[in-house]
Amino acid sequence: MNAIILTAVWGIVMMFGGVFFKSKATPKYWAIAGLTLIIIANCLELRSGEPFFNVDVKYMLSFNSFNLTFITVALASTLLFFLLSGRDIEKVGANVSEYFALIFFVLCGVCLAATFNTLLILFLGIEIMSIPLYILTGSDKRNLKSNEASLKYFLMGVFSTGIMLMGIAFLYGGNSEGSFFINNINVGDGKMPAMIAIGMVFIMIAMSFKVSAAPFHFWTPDVYDGAPTVFTSFMATIVKVGGFIAFIRLFENSFGKVHGQWQVLIAIIAAATLFIGNLTAVFQQSVKRMLAYSSIAQAGFMLLAIFALNDTAKEGLILYSAAYSLATIGIFAILIKMPDYTIQGFNGLGKQQPVLAVTATVFLLSLTGIPLTAGFQSKLFMLMAALRYGKQYWLVLFAVLCAAVSAYYYFKIIQAMFFKDADQHLGENTSTALGNDITPAFKLLLMITALLIIVLGVFPSLVTDWLHY
Amino acid sequence: MFGNDITLPHLLIFFPLIAGVITFFIKNDGGVKAWSLLSAIITFIISIASLYYRNNNELSGLAFNYEWLKYMGASFAVSLDGMGRLLTFLTAFSFPVIFIATYRNSYKNLKAFYGLMLLSQAGLMGVFLSSDALLFYFFWELALIPVYFLCSRWGGDKRIHSTFKFFIYTFTGSLLMLIGIIYVYLQTGGTAYSEHSFAMQSFYSVIFIPSQQSWLFWLFFIAFAVKMPIFPFHTWQPDTYEQAPTAVTMVLSGIMVKMGVFGVIRWLLPLFPLAVAKFDNIVIGLSVIGMIYASLIAIKQDDLKRLVAYSSIAHIGLMCAAIFTTKSMALEGVMIQMFSHGINIIGMWIVVDLIEKQLGTRKISQLGGLAHKAPVLTIMLVAIALANIALPLTNAFVGEFMMFGGLFKFSAWYSAIAGLSIILAAVYTLSMVQRVFYGSVNALTETMKEISLNEQLVLGVIVIAIFIGGIYPQPFFELTKDTVAGIITRFK
Repeated sequence: MNAIILTAVWGIVMMFGGVFFKSKATPKYWAIAGLTLIIIANCLELRSGEPFFNVDVKYMLSFNSFNLTFITVALASTLLFFLLSGRDIEKVGANVSEYFALIFFVLCGVCLAATFNTLLILFLGIEIMSIPLYILTGSDKRNLKSNEASLKYFLMGVFSTGIMLMGIAFLYGGNSEGSFFINNINVGDGKMPAMIAIGMVFIMIAMSFKVSAAPFHFWTPDVYDGAPTVFTSFMATIVKVGGFIAFIRLFENSFGKVHGQWQVLIAIIAAATLFIGNLTAVFQQSVKRMLAYSSIAQAGFMLLAIFALNDTAKEGLILYSAAYSLATIGIFAILIKMPDYTIQGFNGLGKQQPVLAVTATVFLLSLTGIPLTAGFQSKLFMLMAALRYGKQYWLVLFAVLCAAVSAYYYFKIIQAMFFKDADQHLGENTSTALGNDITPAFKLLLMITALLIIVLGVFPSLVTDWLHY
Repeated sequence: MFGNDITLPHLLIFFPLIAGVITFFIKNDGGVKAWSLLSAIITFIISIASLYYRNNNELSGLAFNYEWLKYMGASFAVSLDGMGRLLTFLTAFSFPVIFIATYRNSYKNLKAFYGLMLLSQAGLMGVFLSSDALLFYFFWELALIPVYFLCSRWGGDKRIHSTFKFFIYTFTGSLLMLIGIIYVYLQTGGTAYSEHSFAMQSFYSVIFIPSQQSWLFWLFFIAFAVKMPIFPFHTWQPDTYEQAPTAVTMVLSGIMVKMGVFGVIRWLLPLFPLAVAKFDNIVIGLSVIGMIYASLIAIKQDDLKRLVAYSSIAHIGLMCAAIFTTKSMALEGVMIQMFSHGINIIGMWIVVDLIEKQLGTRKISQLGGLAHKAPVLTIMLVAIALANIALPLTNAFVGEFMMFGGLFKFSAWYSAIAGLSIILAAVYTLSMVQRVFYGSVNALTETMKEISLNEQLVLGVIVIAIFIGGIYPQPFFELTKDTVAGIITRFK
């Protein structure tokens, strides 16, 4: 509860604060301070179970350790994002405090999506998450690609919203009692009633769209590529995992009882997502686009949690959210600093900026899933969850082979950084262009992020133990 | 001796690890070399201590168990058994030898090179010591990462491509094994905190029906087969050996391939005895094909490094075939041969490296008459070459004799075909010795000088080790007989 109210309030504070802030750098500090307080408030709620605000929500929201832990992870990732890329948000355009305000509104949406108990709140959460993003995607107003991406995202997003509403209507209509509560959906004892089944498939499609699962992923590369890189980083991490939490909570609470009936659908979607994401990423020349496809591929792995739908899966999904967000925010923070987004642009980085190169390596190894990084532990949880389910082993085998493919494109960047020399005249440009922007504080933060990834890789219980409060 | 907190397995893993990390921060190049050598020697001393420690009849210093991921049932469990002692000793022995032999080599960014070398040593130690499946997988992958960087950064012209091939092969194999590990894990009994357990003993006590064993067998086997490498999975190996810097090639061929052999003995045989019995003909068949195939190719090689690489495939093939006979004689042979092969092949690489450093070429066709110029080097090489052919009195003879004995008990046919590889080994090794060291001196080899004292010393140590192993192999049997007996009982 704390997080929902405070993020909304702080978003408004940031928005109106824009009038009073003199310097361009001020909003960042306000945002960081506010977010830190919100995280503390949320952790207090997680520990004690008592929110500051006692609002009667008529059971439309539910708070438990799973939801609150996820919110902590999402907020903490955002804080890291602010710290690492705050300066780059300032560079996007003139309305800095509005960007921060919009991000706070997105967070409010993520919190709603993590705690909803009725389909209405789910819808609200998803929409509050999406609408500010349409604006953020187009925030680079003079850039045609950014405008195109924004429009594309908006049209596709609206379309998926329509499908989702349709699904909700079917679920509501299929329920004799006429209730929006997710626990009350009448899935029947044997086969699902037709109305409910149709509604469920519609919602599945809409959610797949939000988490960019194949075959509903087509917007992702263009939008991620067109949006200002800082906001791509935010979209690809916190918003995406927010979608996943909504996905798993809805399907666990509403359709968990008929798991066997829709599981094959999810398995096919997961396999398609893994296949398309990984295969297409291999052929990308631009690192930004490659990361967009890689985020699709990672979504495929996260779908294994919804496929398995057991305790390991839920625990793993939280860990995956943390691991994936940390690594992706880190690698994007480095990418933003690069003057050239192609893979060749990374050539020789190991010599010019060893700290950036080494931390980038940690992030990439984590995304690949090499032991000692958080990425490995989260993949391990996913595989364990899927195998524990005990059927459809082909999916696990397929996921693992795709993970091997992913090594190919992640390692291309590592190779460029360490084993290839920068083009001579380009190299000088790179080092001067890079030098301006890289402060010791930035390097320190990168190192802390990398260290966090390694610590989580050795002791994943640091995150998962929060679930046991 | 050490109490419960710090045990010998700890020291063997963490000493090289910490030493490796420290290496990255040493400024002075000479200091880096001296520090790395010193820490490798200290590790060696620790390892010797671990060999003698068993006489105390106390397990306290040899095994350690820390509940690492309590709710998952994974623990940081390390222990030293006979096979573990043997292979950690091999690792600890090899690194100082490698460092001394390549002491004069210079690398760009020296501290990173030596740092990564020591990290790979720590990873290898971890593989040989862990008695928890998840921990084993951890180290199995971790040993690979430093080697990947070492080869790609400091290797030959085609290094990036060939190393990457190696990486993708082994990474895919490892991931398949990970599925296998998780599947077995889900069948195990629990601990106080978790439903299941990754501990080796829990793994051993699971009983699988034959159909499960059949497919689990392949998940594990592919990972190990890639690492060893066995015939259809071997294509990464000659390229990687050729392209890697020689010091790393020594680690790869001397120690890392043993990870595969070790994995088969430690995990595959005890877990899936029925599947091993079912697929023994396929695996032995593949190994024997690989032996003959690699030996034939070795004859045609002009590059010294590729020749040694192919000869290594042939030797490893014999080990793999011997393991799958599941005869105790053959397994004992494999144990001693794991050690002998490590020493012999490192000796071979040292000679190749010495020639290349002086003359700048590895092409056999460009060499000749080195015996006139460097008699000591020649004597050393001939001794190592004889061990490569497994002549009596050399360490390889003992192992190969026993492995062939076991193979013969299994099937005379396989043993006869595999026996051809000994003849072929004699052909390629001796013809290499003849063409490189004898014959007339040419313009290039005119410049060859005798090797320096410390190089003579290193090769001398290896040659002495070869003969000691050949004359008095008894300590090796004593060391590993428990491990072998433990495995054989699972097949009864």
